[in-house]
Amino acid sequence: MAPPRRRNTQAAANPSGIWNATVLTRVMLALALILSAFPLYWMIVIASRTNSEAVQVPPPFLPGGNLGANIQEVLNTENAHFITGLSNSFIVASTVTISVVLISTLAGFAFARLNFRGRRILLVTILLTMMVPLQQMGIVPLYRLMVSLHWNGELKAVILPYLLNGFGVFLMTQYTEQAVPNELVEAARVDGASTLRIWWNVVLPAVRPGMAVLGINTFMLLWNDYLWPMIVLNQDNPTVQLAIQGLNSRYSTNYVLIFAGTALSIIPLIVVFVAFGRQIVGGIMEGAVKA
Amino acid sequence: MSLHLESEPAARVGPPRRGRHGTPSQGRSFRSWFDLRAMPYALVSPYFLLFAAFGLFPLAFTLYYSLFKYDLTGTVEWTGLGNYTKLLADSDFWNAVVNTVAMFAIATVPQLLLALFLANALNKRIRGRLFIRMGVLLPLVTSVVAVAVVFTQLYGRDWGLINWILSHFGVEKIDWRAERIPSWIAISTMVDWRWTGYNAIIFLAGMQTIPKDLYEAAAIDGASRRRQFWQITLPMLRPTLIFVTLISTIGGLTLFAEPTTFYNGNVEGGSVHQFQTVAMFIVKEGFREFNYGYAAAAAWLLFLLILIGALINFLFVRRIGGSK
Repeated sequence: MAPPRRRNTQAAANPSGIWNATVLTRVMLALALILSAFPLYWMIVIASRTNSEAVQVPPPFLPGGNLGANIQEVLNTENAHFITGLSNSFIVASTVTISVVLISTLAGFAFARLNFRGRRILLVTILLTMMVPLQQMGIVPLYRLMVSLHWNGELKAVILPYLLNGFGVFLMTQYTEQAVPNELVEAARVDGASTLRIWWNVVLPAVRPGMAVLGINTFMLLWNDYLWPMIVLNQDNPTVQLAIQGLNSRYSTNYVLIFAGTALSIIPLIVVFVAFGRQIVGGIMEGAVKA
Repeated sequence: MSLHLESEPAARVGPPRRGRHGTPSQGRSFRSWFDLRAMPYALVSPYFLLFAAFGLFPLAFTLYYSLFKYDLTGTVEWTGLGNYTKLLADSDFWNAVVNTVAMFAIATVPQLLLALFLANALNKRIRGRLFIRMGVLLPLVTSVVAVAVVFTQLYGRDWGLINWILSHFGVEKIDWRAERIPSWIAISTMVDWRWTGYNAIIFLAGMQTIPKDLYEAAAIDGASRRRQFWQITLPMLRPTLIFVTLISTIGGLTLFAEPTTFYNGNVEGGSVHQFQTVAMFIVKEGFREFNYGYAAAAAWLLFLLILIGALINFLFVRRIGGSK
């Protein structure tokens, strides 16, 4: 999402050398990278050991050879419901992601490129409500609502509240303003295209990178979420985070089992992260400047 | 951090004046009227319907519940502000408030300082820039529960890596989970590990909007790098700082997953609630003790706490560079 303007300033002349990295800078960055990666490395070290090795003093510092066996054990531990957890998380995260991207793209188009009474006040309302931690604030009535609908324990109870995503609408509004020139919309209008057709043929192709950023963010958010699923789901039909927590509380001394489960739970995200790293970094930076 | 609500695109697409663009008018006039007047509302309506159902409704009902004694038995009894006065006299609630604020302070101050310096380093010319940026964002991809599981093991009393390292410096085994302040530190490091890189990337984005010639002019005038950082970077970053402190305040004061996982998924927050946060208190009251009204009142007090926190942060950040 980085506009070309930024790259140019990066490559600008540097006569005084103030943009060169000093040794101190390099050391600091190296340290930051090591600290960032270490807990993940440690996860693999413990997940690939045996329980007796995991509690040695000093602890082992290199991965062992039991990763496959430990993961096998997690998957075979029936009351951990780990496979259910993985597939539930996948269903929840992808359903919410697709819906949020769709809702946000539609609303973003309207806010950015259409004229209607109350447009500004509605947009400000969205911005203000983004500041309210709805999840913590409204948790009791939301739970009571799901119970009275007999939806508690079901995935739709997790999915529905997350379809509300003010950040998504805001991001897509900003992105549409930047990526879809007014003249393009007007030209399509002159050609007799309806609003929906303009959205489909003109807006959607132009805002695809913004949709990707929003989609990745939403997917990660949902995959990692914990509080609401913990309230509304049961241990025998968990999301992946609940499944880890289940391992954690039921087998609290079986470190390798817990760590293997934890490692398994972040593999999908690492894959997404490596594949879309550039978009994720760009999206966060873009969002920060725009917000 | 600039919100362009005012700067409208000059030529917003309005209803075309009929006939002017040669729009085939009469027969399609209703459809065209509908398309131009009503369609925008149709496009934004899904969001606002969801907002009514999952935003407004829960907030209003939290307020409503908070005025009643309402529990699992189904007794609903008007108490007015009774839940609030009871909360303000509840030592468990105050304990949770103290824990939350303390962990927020221990976590946020070093985190933002580190993030600032890290962003400054990331802003220099260096090879493999994308790789480094992805590297510092890696913790964000990791789920909170996974982070907490790993750190809980690292902070283990008997076999934990951290106690083992500390033992080389003559430090006795610390029971990170049982003691109050060590537990706060342990939980704060989990928060910091996850968010420092993210905040650094946001600061970096803010730094890149600062015109480079400011620095070059300062360098020619003989200002040291340190001076440039304090006199140019920090004041110019103020909008980004406000954004980041606001996000950190909301996140920090609603802390839940890390301390919960630190105690094996239990919301008690330790044997004497030494690290129970307000969010955990709400879940405990609402979903373990089933005092719905009481939990709802606590939720509103948490919101009040966030407002106060945001205000203090805002005033503080406004002072930074405000005089310059």
